[in-house]
Amino acid sequence: MSPVQHTFLAANEASEHRPLIITLFALFVLATLGITIWAGRQTKDAADFYAGGRQFSAFQNGLAVSGDYMSAASFLGIAGAIALFGYDGFLYSIGFLVAWLVALLLVAEPLRNSGRYTMGDVLAYRMRQRPVRTAAGTSTIVVSIFYLLAQMAGAGVLVSLLLGITSDAGKILIVALVGLLMIVYVSIGGMKGTTWVQMVKAVLLIGGTILITFLVLLKFNFNISDLLGQAAENSGKGAAFLEPGLQYGATGTSKLDFISLGIALVLGTAGLPHILIRFYTVPDAKAARKSVNWAIGIIGGFYLMTIALGFGAAALISQDEIIASNPSGNTAAPLLALHLGGVDSTWGAILLATISAVAFATILAVVAGLTLASSSSFAHDIYANVIRKGKASGAEEVRAARWATVAIGVVSIGLGALARDLNVAGLVALAFAVAASANLPTILYSLFWKRFTTQGALWSIYGGLIVAVGLVLFSPVVSGDPKAMFPEVDFAWFPLKNPGIISIPFGFLMGWLGTVLSKEEPDAKKYAELEVRSLTGTGAH
Amino acid sequence: MATDAPPPSKEQHKLPSPEEFAEVHESAEFVELRRSYRSFAFPLTIGFIAWYLLYVLLSNYAGGFMGTKLFGNINVALLLGVAQFVTTFLIAWWYSRHAAAKLDPKAEAIKTRMESGA
Repeated sequence: MSPVQHTFLAANEASEHRPLIITLFALFVLATLGITIWAGRQTKDAADFYAGGRQFSAFQNGLAVSGDYMSAASFLGIAGAIALFGYDGFLYSIGFLVAWLVALLLVAEPLRNSGRYTMGDVLAYRMRQRPVRTAAGTSTIVVSIFYLLAQMAGAGVLVSLLLGITSDAGKILIVALVGLLMIVYVSIGGMKGTTWVQMVKAVLLIGGTILITFLVLLKFNFNISDLLGQAAENSGKGAAFLEPGLQYGATGTSKLDFISLGIALVLGTAGLPHILIRFYTVPDAKAARKSVNWAIGIIGGFYLMTIALGFGAAALISQDEIIASNPSGNTAAPLLALHLGGVDSTWGAILLATISAVAFATILAVVAGLTLASSSSFAHDIYANVIRKGKASGAEEVRAARWATVAIGVVSIGLGALARDLNVAGLVALAFAVAASANLPTILYSLFWKRFTTQGALWSIYGGLIVAVGLVLFSPVVSGDPKAMFPEVDFAWFPLKNPGIISIPFGFLMGWLGTVLSKEEPDAKKYAELEVRSLTGTGAH
Repeated sequence: MATDAPPPSKEQHKLPSPEEFAEVHESAEFVELRRSYRSFAFPLTIGFIAWYLLYVLLSNYAGGFMGTKLFGNINVALLLGVAQFVTTFLIAWWYSRHAAAKLDPKAEAIKTRMESGA
């Protein structure tokens, strides 16, 4: 059977059971809307809207952090990357997990102790408020939009698989629906509603992944070596499929790209605004630490199972079929579910529908988290502290945040259709690179370097941001490659797909340079205050 | 349930003055807390990032070694990848144990004293 026929098969299989798929999607949407309305009624002041009232337990927040973090990139993207490139795809899983140690050891607790609602609170603590908050708000919104782009690409991919919609209008419609839902979740439910949606999603995603992992292992009598052996054989690449180098080993440049990706992954997490604001939802720094530990356990377990998802897909589905369905492998996990159940059976269709609904829930929850992070930052950093110079009331801030949610929703719907054929994990890696270049240097310098000044903060945020985004713009991700966003033009002169290896050191360098060249004296009293607060929690909100 | 908990009472504590912060910042107790945190967290961060980079570099430039089969189809690359998971879990556990034993009591003592205004 030709690969093209196979794809139609998946779509037909799905279309026969379309009522089931639509029912599962609708159930999740209804349940989460119910949660949102309930949470909306409990949201009375700014601390409720931004931080869910700071009363979530460490376990609840650990679950929500996992739900916020394990995005379409982790579920669809990594499974696809492993299914197509074998071992090289596994780097994502490792980098995404190890990165949590940076958050645990250096960022989560001091941030919880010294901030209030946003990442900007900590960056601006001892600096001139208006310029630093403007910079922090800008980079929060840029990072979140990169991340949103990836989630929207994942949503488009899912729908074309399930409903057989290949027309642009159909995909745009579904992206618009996702955008609309996220506007509702965030503007009504605030942090409280978003947190509960993320917890529900985390449970569904872990449950779905355990089910698929179990079924894959069952096929191989729980012998991982046999699973890997068949994956290698079925991929047509033999032992090379299980070794590094298939995707990145070809040339010196591609090897450099691998290092660049590796650095961006490990340093990105602790600079992601939508993850950082989650630490404000627990009562204190100790609970923030415990929630990171829960998240490391949950996320680590999940990423270990990506071995079964990715190699399972490679072992049981032909490479042609995976590629025909989506050139970057983004549909490998749902296809695997279909094959595990049996391609022509009802059971296969039910599994496909379930896993697709899980992926849909995954996307919705992450999208809500990203939107909340950017609208919070707009309302708290830019509107309240820059435009209104700190004179806005809590109610006015929340109103601004709700309007910002609508605006960001509309922007991300607009951008959603652009990135369909890129691997979702690769797109998210760009958001990691931007976060690690613009946000992480400033966070670390602010917390740990006494001499750091306003000028240093601005140079490192804007320097890291401009170089990271600029290099992406002139990379093969945007143009000059068949899978690029604009494949028909070529203005790519930067050879790497991930800018991290240049832009992250550049962000750190600019922070240092901006500081040593600045004429202002650092505010020693404010630094003493920040240090005492960040280590002891004195006066924490 | 998250929302049934009583409202936080922290806002009622007084926020110490900048002078009090400066004073505590110079105190032996705080200096010891900071040393105990930094001397643990900083080297450990450098350590795990170096270990991770070593893994990335081996994947890139030591393909033959990484491809060595150990048992059946399981090779060095997969084993080292899974080892990254194991070390991540261990480091998280180790840091949390250190923080609970060495950092939390000191931090708590300073916070309580400062917020009660003594």
